[in-house]
Amino acid sequence: MMALLVRDLAIATRSGGAAMLGVLFFLAVVAVIPFGIGPDLNLLGRIGPAILWIGALLASLLGLDRLFQADREDGSLDMLVMQDWFSLIFTVFVKSLAHWLATGLPLVLAAPLLGLLMNMGAAATGAVMLTLLVGTPAISFIGAVGAAVAVVLPRGGLLVSILILPLAIPILIFGVSAAYAAVTDPDPFWPPFMILSAIALFFAALGPVAAAAALKGASD
Amino acid sequence: MFFWVFGFLRMGAPDVLWRPGMRGPMQAVATELKGRRGDNVLFADISFSLGHGEALVITGPNGSGKSTLLRILAGLLSPDSGAFALIGEGGEPVPVSDHCHYLGHRNAMKRELKVSENLAFWQSFQRSDSGEGLPVEEAIDRVGLTGVGHLPFGYLSAGQQRRIALARLLVSHRPLWLLDEPTAALDARSDRLFAELVRTHLASGGLAIAATHQPLGLDGVRTLELPGIHATVAGGAWA
Repeated sequence: MMALLVRDLAIATRSGGAAMLGVLFFLAVVAVIPFGIGPDLNLLGRIGPAILWIGALLASLLGLDRLFQADREDGSLDMLVMQDWFSLIFTVFVKSLAHWLATGLPLVLAAPLLGLLMNMGAAATGAVMLTLLVGTPAISFIGAVGAAVAVVLPRGGLLVSILILPLAIPILIFGVSAAYAAVTDPDPFWPPFMILSAIALFFAALGPVAAAAALKGASD
Repeated sequence: MFFWVFGFLRMGAPDVLWRPGMRGPMQAVATELKGRRGDNVLFADISFSLGHGEALVITGPNGSGKSTLLRILAGLLSPDSGAFALIGEGGEPVPVSDHCHYLGHRNAMKRELKVSENLAFWQSFQRSDSGEGLPVEEAIDRVGLTGVGHLPFGYLSAGQQRRIALARLLVSHRPLWLLDEPTAALDARSDRLFAELVRTHLASGGLAIAATHQPLGLDGVRTLELPGIHATVAGGAWA
């Protein structure tokens, strides 16, 4: 399974890989906001955490459809699906993890830079990074389900995003509210952050099982 | 409607090939397999039994269900009825998924990765307890492509890619080979090379089931011909 993680990371980081694509999209979405809103620094600072979260969510959804489709196109998916149930679930988990390491983690690391563009303070930037660190894996794990359901569709990219978006909304809500709670005084930070962590753990447990079931059913 | 019965063409396992240190004899038994696509029954009553060191070649016209049968054997599709099982040395059934190599139409290799990286990945991913495979470099040598290990898989020609896909069968040892058109895109010399690989595999007690039009050049290979007559299930599309 370690080999699978290394392979998926190698593919993502080599030419034409998905790793840079997500970060560039994130950069593009967030960088145009100040130009659209205008130089109102207070407003930018206020909407900053939400904009970063929306950008990160959309960027995470961007490459999800390739998660299993690339393996299906070259025939590797047959070998993955041929395994027994437990191994297949674990395989999906590892692939989702590799997907997060290649596309989600760079978003977290790029967040401080984009926080500057949004006139966010150090505390707000730190809170956004922390919530993204917990929230983006959840998007990858639940995204695997959508990717597995749409694996037989030749152009399932948008479908995956639409399938996953309702499930990703709670992640966005609690991620943004935790990030705001860290900077606005009376609001407590921990309750929304704990719920976000719980969602991440729940999706990490549920996503691989559901995706494995979808992959077993989709083999034709 | 009629069914095609292929009896249990049992042959005695060639004991001369059996040497100490090799894995125990393994048997592949299919009983009355029936497969269909949609409401077309592609084949029915397919029964066979392979002892160790035996091979079965599946022939038939296009669309007769050769690939479907192989995917059913690999466990990728479930049969309409019937069963396929691998019987281990102790007489107990062993999971097919851990003991077979499936080579489909596509090569299961990543274009972006080097040939050696691809093979090393499959070696570690498909590691099995039934025996050690060849080292990656040696497997590349065995398919006659010495020195391509450092090239990205995408640089190779179609025939070379197919030969590397065959090398995947060598890097981890699994007793049953399921091969779907293994010699597609191969030239005549590579055909012989492929036959040699299968012969070596069978000689070490392995089993092979291949869907191919090419004569494998093997002795004592049994043939299963799928007639390719589509019979529609009585009772409508969802019967």
